Amino acid sequence: MPVLQVDWETLVSVNLPTLLLVIVAVPLALVGYIVGADVLVRRLPKRSQASVRPWVWVGPAILFVGVILVYPMVGTIVRSFFDRHGSTFVGLGNFTRLLTDGGILIVLRNNLLWLLLYPGLVLIFGLLLAVLADRVRYEKSVKTLIFMPMAISFVAMAIIWQFVYYYKDPSEPQTGTLNAILVNVFHGQPITWIQDPRFNNFALILIGVWGGTGFAMVILSAALKGIPGELLEAARVDGANELTVFRRIILPLMMPTIVVVGTTMVIFALKAFDVVYVMTAGNYNTDILARRMYSELYSAGNNANASALAVILLLAVVPVLIFNLRQFRAVESRR
Amino acid sequence: MSVAVTTPVPTPTTSAPARRPKLRRQRLSARVSSAGLNVAVVALTLAWIVPTLGLLINSFRAGGAFNTSGWWTALAPPFNFTLDSYRAVLGASDLAPSFFNSFMITIPATLIPTAIAAFAAYAFAWMKFWGRNWIFLALVGLLAVPLQLTFIPLLTLAVKLGLNSGNTLPGGLNAGFLAVWIAHTGYGLPFAIYLLANFFRVLPTDLFESAEIDGAGPVTVFFRLVLPLSVPALASLVIFQFLWVWNDLLVALIYVGGTPEVAPLTVTLTNLVGSLGQHREYLTAAAFVSMAVPLIVFFTLQRYFVRGILAGSVKG
Repeated sequence: MPVLQVDWETLVSVNLPTLLLVIVAVPLALVGYIVGADVLVRRLPKRSQASVRPWVWVGPAILFVGVILVYPMVGTIVRSFFDRHGSTFVGLGNFTRLLTDGGILIVLRNNLLWLLLYPGLVLIFGLLLAVLADRVRYEKSVKTLIFMPMAISFVAMAIIWQFVYYYKDPSEPQTGTLNAILVNVFHGQPITWIQDPRFNNFALILIGVWGGTGFAMVILSAALKGIPGELLEAARVDGANELTVFRRIILPLMMPTIVVVGTTMVIFALKAFDVVYVMTAGNYNTDILARRMYSELYSAGNNANASALAVILLLAVVPVLIFNLRQFRAVESRR
Repeated sequence: MSVAVTTPVPTPTTSAPARRPKLRRQRLSARVSSAGLNVAVVALTLAWIVPTLGLLINSFRAGGAFNTSGWWTALAPPFNFTLDSYRAVLGASDLAPSFFNSFMITIPATLIPTAIAAFAAYAFAWMKFWGRNWIFLALVGLLAVPLQLTFIPLLTLAVKLGLNSGNTLPGGLNAGFLAVWIAHTGYGLPFAIYLLANFFRVLPTDLFESAEIDGAGPVTVFFRLVLPLSVPALASLVIFQFLWVWNDLLVALIYVGGTPEVAPLTVTLTNLVGSLGQHREYLTAAAFVSMAVPLIVFFTLQRYFVRGILAGSVKG
């Protein structure tokens, strides 16, 4: 095991007190800020108090969002039109170079796979589990177990699934769960799930689906419980079977929620990074935009390419972003 | 999909009273479909927990056992379970300091955005100011923006300000921590404000008006009325932000990735995946060590967590 030089002395003598100090000082500073600022506002003439006060309250948030999100966003977009040193304007040069490189096609294909399969499967499993679990007495336990992966990191998920996908030479007993089932139950040949380009993207997406289904299930289940029971009862009394009740009543009534969960999942799919980074580091034809951007930034040190990739990611998100805004305004106007 | 199967089961209708057969038929078909339903639910749930179960069992197996036989073989006697992997991981690796670092990163990166978001959400919900609706709309838009877009200019800025993780700030604090706190605060704010403002908005108006008539200023109203009434929303936000920061790999890699003494668990674990080679059994225990805190938070505060998800299901 690679043992790093653990500097316990710094840890205990510097970092621990700092942590305790931070836990006490940060809330104090924040409360102090708002109380102090309000005292100052009260000294202003009565008329300007009402116009100054809101900015005291939103000020810190606007400052943080401005510096951490808006300013760098604009910076990255600008930078994507310059060369890797940031000095010469190259127009769309970075984009044309990136998009004509053969490797990027596989990256885009993989992103498309994620974009279609991840939200699709998460919704199918989430809906299935929400509807099925609704009818059993141990619903709570089922939901907790399905939901559990939501709490852990993608890194931990990836490690969990390494042991599911593990491959051993056919001459040895298989220790990976999936290959063991394949060999012992179905008498097939073991598959290198992570390396084989026919399967590996699906294998990686499945990890994401495993992690994301609980999220979809919880929201969909809440929407399901919002459907009035009399409506379902009435349909059943009229002789509709369960499949018809689901197709004609449950599904249409849940559609708005399904759409909201779906768009959230699309954003997750576009931003997927951790699973691929930990499992394959983008090798074996599994690379995706977010991971490629990271390697352009760190391994290749190419800011121009990294910026252009980030802008491509943004462009891919824009339709979802516009949809979210419309959705938000529609909800607002109903208030 | 056996729930949908409600084929009537034919029943003998010999000497039973007129209404009996129909009733019995329904009950029997209900029983068949309920059996199918239970099988489906249990099968799906099992499929969901088997991956985790496999890792959990492997983490208690001795030495290289996981490499020669599957985890399921350990379920048959003789039971050879041991804590060796956990001892190795907690004793001799850099996992223990990373465990500390994860707290060091996560606690401030949860407190700061929650407080700042609460201030802002209060203004968005209860004060009138120029551009209020447009700024809020911009925040909703920012929910979907990929973080990748911010990395390059922010890294440049961090180096300019001396916030790169090699530096030590006055007081001995590694500058990397401060950089990650600030970054997570910015990244977390749009969702945090969105969640809290939506909650604050539906608090009863009369309460605030009567408080103001009694002469209470906005600070008093905020601390005495708004915060106590919003404990559920604040709790779900804190849990969300805590889990999000604790489980984050990307932001940590970007801002402190190259500095092991600042690296949180996720980064150290990722490095272990790449470098362990023959000692892969430690990886199993290491993964569970990293999962311990989020799982405790999750199982004790699940109610609030679910409520948070339901309240803010547009987070990107």
